[in-house]
Amino acid sequence: MTGAPRRIWGLMYRHLALYRRSWPRLLELAYWPVLGMCIWGFTATFLTRRLGSGAAVTVSALLGGVLLWEVCLRSQMGVTISFLEELWSRNLGHVFVSPLRPWELVAALICMSMIRMLVGVAPAVALAWAFYAFNVFALGPVLVLFFANLMIMGWSVALAVVSMILRHGAGAEPLAWSVLFGLAPFSAVFYPVAVLPAAVRPIALALPSAHVFEGMRGILLDGAVQWYHLLWAFGLNGVWLGVATLLFARQFHQARVRGALLSIGE
Amino acid sequence: MNLSPTNAIEVQGLIKRYGDVLAVDGIDFAAPAGATLGLLGGNGAGKTTTIAMLLGLLLPTSGSIRVLGHDMLRDRFAALARMNFSSPYVSLPQRLTVRENLRVYGHLYNVRHTDARIAELAAELDLGVLLDRPAGQLSAGQKTRVALAKSLINRPELLLLDEPTASLDPDTGDLVRTWLERYRAETGCTILLASHNMAEVERLCSHVLMLKQGRVVDRGSPQDLLDRYGRDDLEEVFLDIARDRRSAGGPSVNQDAVPA
Repeated sequence: MTGAPRRIWGLMYRHLALYRRSWPRLLELAYWPVLGMCIWGFTATFLTRRLGSGAAVTVSALLGGVLLWEVCLRSQMGVTISFLEELWSRNLGHVFVSPLRPWELVAALICMSMIRMLVGVAPAVALAWAFYAFNVFALGPVLVLFFANLMIMGWSVALAVVSMILRHGAGAEPLAWSVLFGLAPFSAVFYPVAVLPAAVRPIALALPSAHVFEGMRGILLDGAVQWYHLLWAFGLNGVWLGVATLLFARQFHQARVRGALLSIGE
Repeated sequence: MNLSPTNAIEVQGLIKRYGDVLAVDGIDFAAPAGATLGLLGGNGAGKTTTIAMLLGLLLPTSGSIRVLGHDMLRDRFAALARMNFSSPYVSLPQRLTVRENLRVYGHLYNVRHTDARIAELAAELDLGVLLDRPAGQLSAGQKTRVALAKSLINRPELLLLDEPTASLDPDTGDLVRTWLERYRAETGCTILLASHNMAEVERLCSHVLMLKQGRVVDRGSPQDLLDRYGRDDLEEVFLDIARDRRSAGGPSVNQDAVPA
């Protein structure tokens, strides 16, 4: 391996070595998704007992929403936390004076986010199947497209957050944990977009996640794949990823103008 | 200014302005390949800002920088692969072992046979027993040696060192200086050194740039400067410049004495 793939692997190796050495970090990856699944799983069990078997499909949509939302959230946090790890260890100065290109940095962070997401979400998927009789794979092969869209949306949000950290320094760190939750009400994770007030529906429909969750409910409730939702999700992801990439490129350039790459952690 | 293909660094009309603050005010200099160039100046003189621009971490307001023949504003990655940097103010990940840290940078710099190179550096810098210890558990002197190993992982042709022996005990400081002298002699590497340790600069540097308020206020070999200011050591020369005092028959500011 040489050139860009090797440099990308170099940065990934740095993070993988960190996880190999720190079991609390590894545990933390799966902790929140599993905790979330436990809470929603028990809620689903209660609703099924209370409302009878007629609620089973709705409950499936609920658990599907929990799992797929974790895909988006963990993908976003996978990028931003990996970037913050560099910032916290005051290592960015060394990274940015190496031949690692900015796009290679982003590629490494995205690869790490995929690994982090899979490690974090897989136990929750297993838990849902073992204890709550919900098999997310029952969504069929289209699940891969749902996953892809939610991951891309997570990366777009993450790039925007990293851009804000480059712009505002460590003061913008809380965005890494909070910003995606701000989009959750508009993402229609647990309810259809139609439930939202008419004034905020355009906001929801501008988010790829809302189309993914509409598509998921289409399969679970109606048994049909609504391809136009997937097409909208991919199209919107293309736009948002493009915007986030431009924002990142702009803020990276500005950080070089301001000299923030050395002092960003302070 | 004498631009030459044998110069490892060529800087012309370099200016860095932060709002109303002029951090670097139109400096010109060149470092001949194989030379050790010292950047001297008080706090805020512009040393770190200059190094950050040489590394491409910071964009100049105006001026040009060529490093190892590459324009740092257009083609910095070609130069970055052939140079390296060490500073006590930039850390390595503390939870990774020394070996893991060096492997990371071996990958980032596309070093062939990284593990063999790590073993070589470990032998030369006496790091053998430290390789499998987390970087965060090392003493200041050990960290400095590890940082030096990181900066040498790619056998750089240009080494930028920001206060490489700051906070080191005399023994470790001497070890580092001896090693740098040997590395330069063996490889012909160019070294740019920012330091407040005047004895270190006298010992290591073939050329010195004296910076004050973002400007080059004097330059020359350490011996040139000692002769010009009529002093016995560079510390006195530094104080003469920092305090705007001149020794008897003292010089005027000399901008052209050193390879510039």
